[in-house]
Amino acid sequence: MGSVLQLFSEYNIPGAFWVNIQLTLWSALFSLILGVILVVMRISPISSMRVFGRTYVEFFQNMPLTIIMVFMVLGVFAQLKLSFSTVFSVNFFWLAVVGLSLYTAAFVCESLRSGINTVPLGQAEAARALGLSFIQSASEIILPQAFRGSVAPLGNTFIALLKNSTVAAAASVATESSSLMSEMIEYHANSIVAIFLIFALGYVILVLPIGALTTFLSNKLAVRR
Amino acid sequence: MQGTGIHARRFFRNLTAFLCALACLFSLTACGSDKEAGKIRIGIKFDQPGLGFKKSGTYVGFDVDVATYVANKLGYSEDDIIWKEAPSKQREAMLQNGDVDMIVATYSITDERKKAVSFAGPYIVAGQDLMVRTDDHQINGPEDLNGKRLCSVTGSTSAVTVKQKFASEVQLMEQPGYAECATALFSGIVDAVTTDDIILAGLASASRGRLRLVGKPFTQERYGVGIKKGDKALAKKINAALADMEANGSWQRALDNNTRGTHYRPDPRYNPPKPQEGE
Amino acid sequence: MAQTNESSLLFDQPGPKGRRTIRIANLIAAVIFALVILMILMRLHNPPDGENQLSWELWKPALDYEAWSDFYLPGLWLTIKASVLAVIGSVLFGFIFGIGRLLPNLILRTVSGVIVEFCRAVPVLMLMIFFWRWFAFSGVSEASYWAVVLGLILYNGSVVAELIRSGVGNLPNGQREASLALGLTRTQSLMQIEVPQAVYAMLPAAVTQLVVVLKDTALGSIIMYTDLLQESRRLGSMYFNILQTLVVAAVIYFLVCFLLSHFARWLPKKMQERTAAPADFVEPVAPLAIMDPSNVNQIAVAKEVDEDKYGGAPRQYHAHHRGSNASIKHWKKTRYIQGYDRTQPDTLVDPKSLDIPEFLKPSPPHKVKGGKGKKKGNGHSKGSSDTPDKES
Repeated sequence: MGSVLQLFSEYNIPGAFWVNIQLTLWSALFSLILGVILVVMRISPISSMRVFGRTYVEFFQNMPLTIIMVFMVLGVFAQLKLSFSTVFSVNFFWLAVVGLSLYTAAFVCESLRSGINTVPLGQAEAARALGLSFIQSASEIILPQAFRGSVAPLGNTFIALLKNSTVAAAASVATESSSLMSEMIEYHANSIVAIFLIFALGYVILVLPIGALTTFLSNKLAVRR
Repeated sequence: MQGTGIHARRFFRNLTAFLCALACLFSLTACGSDKEAGKIRIGIKFDQPGLGFKKSGTYVGFDVDVATYVANKLGYSEDDIIWKEAPSKQREAMLQNGDVDMIVATYSITDERKKAVSFAGPYIVAGQDLMVRTDDHQINGPEDLNGKRLCSVTGSTSAVTVKQKFASEVQLMEQPGYAECATALFSGIVDAVTTDDIILAGLASASRGRLRLVGKPFTQERYGVGIKKGDKALAKKINAALADMEANGSWQRALDNNTRGTHYRPDPRYNPPKPQEGE
Repeated sequence: MAQTNESSLLFDQPGPKGRRTIRIANLIAAVIFALVILMILMRLHNPPDGENQLSWELWKPALDYEAWSDFYLPGLWLTIKASVLAVIGSVLFGFIFGIGRLLPNLILRTVSGVIVEFCRAVPVLMLMIFFWRWFAFSGVSEASYWAVVLGLILYNGSVVAELIRSGVGNLPNGQREASLALGLTRTQSLMQIEVPQAVYAMLPAAVTQLVVVLKDTALGSIIMYTDLLQESRRLGSMYFNILQTLVVAAVIYFLVCFLLSHFARWLPKKMQERTAAPADFVEPVAPLAIMDPSNVNQIAVAKEVDEDKYGGAPRQYHAHHRGSNASIKHWKKTRYIQGYDRTQPDTLVDPKSLDIPEFLKPSPPHKVKGGKGKKKGNGHSKGSSDTPDKES
């Protein structure tokens, strides 16, 4: 027990988790925005937008996140010179956020699409009969209900995003939790199991409330029909 | 539901057979390469140009040349060598459980490691150095790195050394391998790469003249041949072979071959070293 | 397939004017897309500093015979080896703990539940790093290989466990009722009747999981497993064309995953012939929220409503007890209501009051509206498709 306390005083473990939480929250925000845009594209009347939306989703669903992260650094930053800050640590953080957001947006789009399927036909028909345009019926009628129907898949995507934020290590974010865990194991090989359990329990503590909240919300918000 | 039951049973039987077949396949491929009589197993790096690199089914590099020479002296021809990959973090474990007979893989002799394994050698004394773009003349030593951007490999302490001892204002980037660092150096997002000079020389040699070494090593890393702990007889034989290699010029030839075009000279104060570790 | 339906619902069929607008919009989109691609290529061709990334000098070593024979193909083989072994392992793991989670024994159920939830919550990368260092310390040979496999088994196995749980839960209740009536114990019924059928239902999902596994093996490169990604890095470190070799690796990953996920979409049709449970395509997102007692597959629920929406044939199986209440005695209280299941109107009771909510009561076709739901419940079964729809 004493050694565990010593580990906590020697390393900034909550700080590392905080990096992951920040990565997750920013990526969740951006991927939600991008995901909504993508899902609107996928149901829009303009065929090129539908094709783009589908291609985007297919592409990112079938591409390992590790490769995307490596590309963010070696491709987007090194070659295209897209840079967020001259300070390296800030820059890599935002590159990782962009990579995570691009990847997660595909899954957000699919979750929302499954939510759209829960909206009954009559709603769309009624909207059209009232003379609403596509944008109006999507934003006023369909999407609000779709959100309520897709709470559970969105929650799962969010949990997956939190766990995926450890892959930011591949985008040179050296302060996040999996990098810290490797570093700690390097210098405290004897307490490897204790170190792993600290981090694993940290994630359990983060994930379980999100899961419980998702379940609660999806039952509460689901449109009873 | 009768049909489903029969189907299910047949399915389970098929599944079992399939699993057995796969288990055989995987156990063969995973653990098939057992110890063979009359062969020597040597751990090297597979991914370090200039030191140990797998290329068209053969292995090239300074470490490979040293290992081949030593193996020859121990009575193994080139065909008797089984090359195994020895990633940095697995080297001690590989020696301890007998996966390899010796390791020649940029393996620095340290007191920490000597608790777990023994060493012969050293066969070269490398030192931490910087690699920069050939046309960049601003950086001439670790002190010039203030305000510059430096790349090193994840989990290595070399970048931290620079930051603590020489240039506190340096910005660090960590990449999984030196090749990524070199790519970043090419594209200009970092200004220097740091690690042991011989590794950098290998990379610079592969860069077709676009990268160069600064040439002022500021630490000493004694590269040794890792062997099983306490095997003094083997250490003696290896040391004799290494001394022989240095004396008859093959050592210098191997070094020149693998760092061609970089004008790399290992720190002359320490090289060629006297191999007398582990006896 | 659903896409055309779905989109046509939200807007009127475009007339001549609308079609022209769409054509123009398509043209503009194509031009913008081409411009973006062109700009990226220009940038790669002539970067501010650094070298031309499009030169054949860099691409040739990334594509020639030696690259394939020495790097990509061995790497791909190791990737596939690890994924196949991990899938087999996770199916076994999933069976053990998925069934464990359904057993009548409280202790076994709790232990399985804790293990499954733990493995689902910990990031795969952390599992891999831990096992890698641990195996290296304790002297396991090929530590990174086993770390990759074990890390993937633990995570994906826990997903498979949940799939089995929901597969069993999705079976018609009559399956278990019949086997109990025949005198089987609850465990026998589970092992001999329910789980074998659930297997067919979850096979497509398992194939989808293969895509997830294959993608996650790329994490192995972080712990020095020489998979496709690591091999392509290596190739790139010889000629400093790591960007090019990574592009090739990315294309290979994409093609393999793409083919697999389309295979997974094709498989349900085959599997549906062999099970009474819905063998639906399951999205690569973990199918259920963590700690969800009802274990409802929202996507499957969504699809089911979808099916009715387009006027397809009604399902032959009941949808009311989606979820894994197979061993939970209080399944009546925990089940989830969404969508109207015309085959089982009596199941649409409110979980709290155990009464059918007013708006869900099926209106009797030939009787006065608002009759007691309970009474009608028994009358409804297979033949219900003959009776007129509630809403129409």
